[in-house]
Amino acid sequence: MILKKKGLGLFLTLALAGVVHAESVFVTLEKDNALAVVDPITGKLIKTVPIGQRPRGIAISPDNKFLYIATSDDNTIKIIDAETLKEVGKLPSGKDPETFALNPDGDKIYVSNEDDSLVTVIDIAKKKVIKQIKVGVEPEGITVSPDNKWLISASETTNMVHWIDTKTNTIVENTLVDPRPRAVGFTADSQQLWVTSEMAGTLMILDAKTQQIIKTIKFEVSGVTADKIQPVGVVIDKDSNRGYVALGPANRVAVINAKTYEVEKTLLVGQRVWNLAFSPDQKHLYTTNGTSNDISIIDLDTQTVTKSVGVGNYPWGVVAKP
Amino acid sequence: MVNMLLLMPLISTGAVAEKAKQAIDIAYLTQEQNVPAPLSNLDVFIKDKGAFGAELGIDDDNTTGEFTGQHYHLKKFMVPLDGNVIETFNKELANKFQYVVVNLPAAQLNQLADLPTAKQMLLFDVATVDDALRNGQCRRHVLHLLPSRAMRADALAQYMMKKRWTKWFLIIGPTQEDRLFADAIKRSAKRFGMNIVTEKTWEHTYDARRTAQSDVAVFTQTDEDYDVLVVADEQGQFGEYLDYRTWTPRPVIGTQGLIATPWHKTHEQWGAVQIQNRFKEKAGRWMEEQDYAAYLAVRALGEAATRTKTNDLNPVKEYMLSDAFALNGYTGNPLSFRSWDGQLRQPVLLAAPRSLVAVAPIEGFLHPKTELDTLGYDQPESQCKWDK
Repeated sequence: MILKKKGLGLFLTLALAGVVHAESVFVTLEKDNALAVVDPITGKLIKTVPIGQRPRGIAISPDNKFLYIATSDDNTIKIIDAETLKEVGKLPSGKDPETFALNPDGDKIYVSNEDDSLVTVIDIAKKKVIKQIKVGVEPEGITVSPDNKWLISASETTNMVHWIDTKTNTIVENTLVDPRPRAVGFTADSQQLWVTSEMAGTLMILDAKTQQIIKTIKFEVSGVTADKIQPVGVVIDKDSNRGYVALGPANRVAVINAKTYEVEKTLLVGQRVWNLAFSPDQKHLYTTNGTSNDISIIDLDTQTVTKSVGVGNYPWGVVAKP
Repeated sequence: MVNMLLLMPLISTGAVAEKAKQAIDIAYLTQEQNVPAPLSNLDVFIKDKGAFGAELGIDDDNTTGEFTGQHYHLKKFMVPLDGNVIETFNKELANKFQYVVVNLPAAQLNQLADLPTAKQMLLFDVATVDDALRNGQCRRHVLHLLPSRAMRADALAQYMMKKRWTKWFLIIGPTQEDRLFADAIKRSAKRFGMNIVTEKTWEHTYDARRTAQSDVAVFTQTDEDYDVLVVADEQGQFGEYLDYRTWTPRPVIGTQGLIATPWHKTHEQWGAVQIQNRFKEKAGRWMEEQDYAAYLAVRALGEAATRTKTNDLNPVKEYMLSDAFALNGYTGNPLSFRSWDGQLRQPVLLAAPRSLVAVAPIEGFLHPKTELDTLGYDQPESQCKWDK
């Protein structure tokens, strides 16, 4: 949902053009109505800017110029200039937007409308709704495959992932998954869809060709009862070596070997860890910790948590900009 | 019998052709209630607690059903005040339904459950809180959706223990239900090492003017100091008058003040806002606990029927009572049924009238299997013998 298609090519282009900026990490603060900007190198909170009522979902455009932020209580997705952090537009997201996904080209946004059991398709340039797709009860997790073939919507109460053809904007298949699916994420080759189940404490790996579950991983953490292990955010590195799953109130991020599907380790982060984002070079992973009001920075070479940075109340979503 | 059509890949827009649908029929049985004398004009009497919850559950099940080829249908039976529930059951439900959501008092529930035709059904009790029905008087074809009195009392006790409010003054109302709630409080006090320093039965009037002004202050003078006043007044006849009127300033908990409940209008975590909104849109009022219980009953059935791909009672029930079953109740933990007494395992909210204070199990109360089993009768304590 968050960091997609951060092509290396783009990174090089910027480097050649001589406009390499220090990396910035943007974090939405649900209870502060604000956006926090963190310098991940020094591990410092640089500033906090007011952004709108109850900001949650956040994404960055493929060219890194714009941030999209769902300000749920304003019933809109705001377009924010990623340099100046000024609002430059609004998208008609429907009521109470929380999670949404950008397509790889960055010209469409797909929004989960939880109360109405709909996915809203928005043309960003025209700022217009193209279509509303009826899905299961309480759609939440949403993503587009890197090859732009599939739009995936996960319904939390219907316990399904819906496979939507991005050309026709219609559901072509539904897969029943473990209870309360939360987040969905594709591997970079678009061959696998990873889905977390909050209530069963599992990660399911689905084959995009057959839309069937090929592997279910049940998380266990010693000293933590099963009820507390509630998987939420999921990301997979670009080489499909490892995937990472936020385990919610278990306060840990699970590291999964994407080849053997073994859980290699669980890393202790802040409280009620929700969402995850890679740094542009994928050397670090950032986590939002909902109830300890901080983000954790994980060094992926050493697989250790190196820093935690206090950001404000209820950090929700996170993206990084090179 | 598994409907083979379900095994076929589902196609197109998600709308499955009508002919492919497998029907799951659910009855909802309740009886009209006497309107109680109002304590004040603030709380309007709600005569249909439960029904909207069941309907919302059906809506959610049917949204899922659109994708799985199942259709859920709810038929409601409201027996008039002077009617006979057993007659209605025999005439309208017997041999016609496998699944019945029962919103009736404890005495009627077991009368129904013991009918020979009822033994072929699965009954979802969405009204009782009696511990006896989950212990000595349990029935193997009855599932209980609401937390029992013992679960609620344990939730309060855990929070009091965390606050170190260990000395309790227990005030018990005049009804049999009040005595049962008091028994649950006493059990919890013993379980969590609390000390009931004084216990009194309320014998004053229920008149606001007189009670409020003089009786409470006099009544709450005790020889031994206490930390909290625990009130057992399930009908709400006097409990609301206690706060701010006690001889010494002490908080009120129990059936009034800080209450223990499966659902509350102040609750908004874990996606609860969504269901609060959906319910209000449907019913035009807040969700009451019977609504929540009926919603969960219908959703539990939907979840089991979806997973087992059948409308057949035995596999559905077996799945529901298995370890694989996990239901979202919007309270932070997956819900499931206790295999030893049919009680829904669930968190209990501790709520003040306008703020959610805590959610039990309280952090730090540990259990080898699930912290939810720190509330109420755990397996070793249970006196439920399924063969009755």
